Amino acid sequence: MTARPPGRRIRPRTLVVAAVAWLLAAVFLLPYLEMAVTALRPADELRDATYLPRHFAWSNFVDVWRDSTLGDNLKVTLLVAGGSTVLALLVALPAAYYTARIRYRGRKLFLLLVLVTQMFQPTSLLVGLYREFYQLDMLNSVWTLILCNAAFNLAFAVWILTAYIGSIPVELEEAAMIDGLGQLGTLRRVVLPLALPGVVTALIFTFISAWNEFVMGLTLSTAPKSQPLTVGINGFIGNYTVEWNYLFAGSVVAIVPVVVLFAVIERHVVSGLTAGSVK
Amino acid sequence: MSLNSPARKASRPGRRASTGSRPGRLGPLPWIAPAVLLILCVVLWPVYEMVRTSFLRISTSGFVRGSAGLDKYRKLFGEADLGHVLISTVVWTLAVVGLTMLLSLGLAQLFNQRFPGRRFARWALIAPWAASVLMTAIGFRWMLNQTAGVLNTALTDLGLVDGPRDWLGDPSTAWPWMVFVAVFVSLPFTTYTLLAGLQTVPGEVYEAARVDGASPWQAYLRITLPLLRPAFLVGVVINLINVFNSFPVIWGMTQGGPGSATATTTVFMYQLKTTDIGESAAMSVVNFALVVLMVLVFLKVSRWNGEER
Repeated sequence: MTARPPGRRIRPRTLVVAAVAWLLAAVFLLPYLEMAVTALRPADELRDATYLPRHFAWSNFVDVWRDSTLGDNLKVTLLVAGGSTVLALLVALPAAYYTARIRYRGRKLFLLLVLVTQMFQPTSLLVGLYREFYQLDMLNSVWTLILCNAAFNLAFAVWILTAYIGSIPVELEEAAMIDGLGQLGTLRRVVLPLALPGVVTALIFTFISAWNEFVMGLTLSTAPKSQPLTVGINGFIGNYTVEWNYLFAGSVVAIVPVVVLFAVIERHVVSGLTAGSVK
Repeated sequence: MSLNSPARKASRPGRRASTGSRPGRLGPLPWIAPAVLLILCVVLWPVYEMVRTSFLRISTSGFVRGSAGLDKYRKLFGEADLGHVLISTVVWTLAVVGLTMLLSLGLAQLFNQRFPGRRFARWALIAPWAASVLMTAIGFRWMLNQTAGVLNTALTDLGLVDGPRDWLGDPSTAWPWMVFVAVFVSLPFTTYTLLAGLQTVPGEVYEAARVDGASPWQAYLRITLPLLRPAFLVGVVINLINVFNSFPVIWGMTQGGPGSATATTTVFMYQLKTTDIGESAAMSVVNFALVVLMVLVFLKVSRWNGEER
């Protein structure tokens, strides 16, 4: 059964499909490879129209972290992405659980509010956000960015978690209650483990979106050291010159962790989106 | 035990059917209040603040100098650039969303097939989704660089252009490239949404269609497309909102320049912010109204709201 049938050949059609898919995969990766190559170009080869540099300057990576604010920017990004992910989930989980389980008065209103927030992008509210945090005297603060990133990712987290928790049979919880686990025990030992794929999806999506966030960081943090990594890297684009090799040496460090993180949950992405759109 | 259980039952959330029941004395408040509070403070307050700012006179340092009435709106609608910025925004949104949806249908179909190395190919597809849009945009700006951009080098070597060109310096060539990049970064999410939609189509349906003598193309048009409708609509709505508000692609590649020749309303709004925050707020309000209008029109046209749910 498990042995391959002798003489099994790959059909020509599969071969064509694979060839096209592989070609496209390369197209999707090439821009990022080029960024990595540029990150390794020595300064004196930056203006050469060659595909690969003659020497690879690994020292670019060392220089860029030593001579710029990127170290501080990375710290800001880590704090903001981590903090907003924790906050978004802490806030979204109880709301999603209650909404999935109980038909309370105002449930529809709450779901509408969540849906509407999904439509409000930070970009379209920038001026309002800036004025709000200017008046609160909270510009250049990590807390401001944590709050904002958590809020704008909340809708997605609530949405996905409600769908996941809604698909857990109530009977399981009732059985756990009868067995004397109590409400908190049931939540911790039954609901949470079963909703884990949803929690992980919401967690990683929020983290990645906060990690990559640019416009709010650009608007709400004006001091170089309090800006997130995306804004810091953008700072390499000067009015007259651009230090491309340093810019991309920073970018590679910003891009690689999230691509790896995303690849890890690739399997969950499809099921997460199915839960989000079909439920 | 017997005394305990009714109380427990009452405080336990777990009955789907109990419409309007109030488990616990506080009802839904402790569960949903934090979420509502966060949304109120960070999403709805800025909306109010934005509308208010558009009626104020505010110095560049942030000092409020008094009411401006409708002056900021008058000033905004008097801007010579506003007309072409609005037209660009509409064309930009339609072009990017249209191309993205069309290409994603093909990509989803392709990546839904079984072939060796599918896992790795799908991982590659994810890269533009995971990487920051801004970084991707800046990457393309570099690859299109006139002196050393690898795309210029490649196009020249392939004989497609006579020599390196300043693609992003000229609005007529900058727009197509920005559309290309915007589509490039929108494809992964859209394709995955459609892939998720394809998983919900049961295989037996195709079997039945084949038995009935339908060609693969007929099966696709008559079965796959109609069943993909919900996923397709989700893709269109989310892309409409994203692309209309797409700031990093344009900001990373041209900053809307030269002048505001390659700006959409959001980029124009940001350009105005440095000179007159009141006018910028007025632009935001108009922009915001356009987003809401666009989504409502689309939902109306596709008759999505209401039905069963």
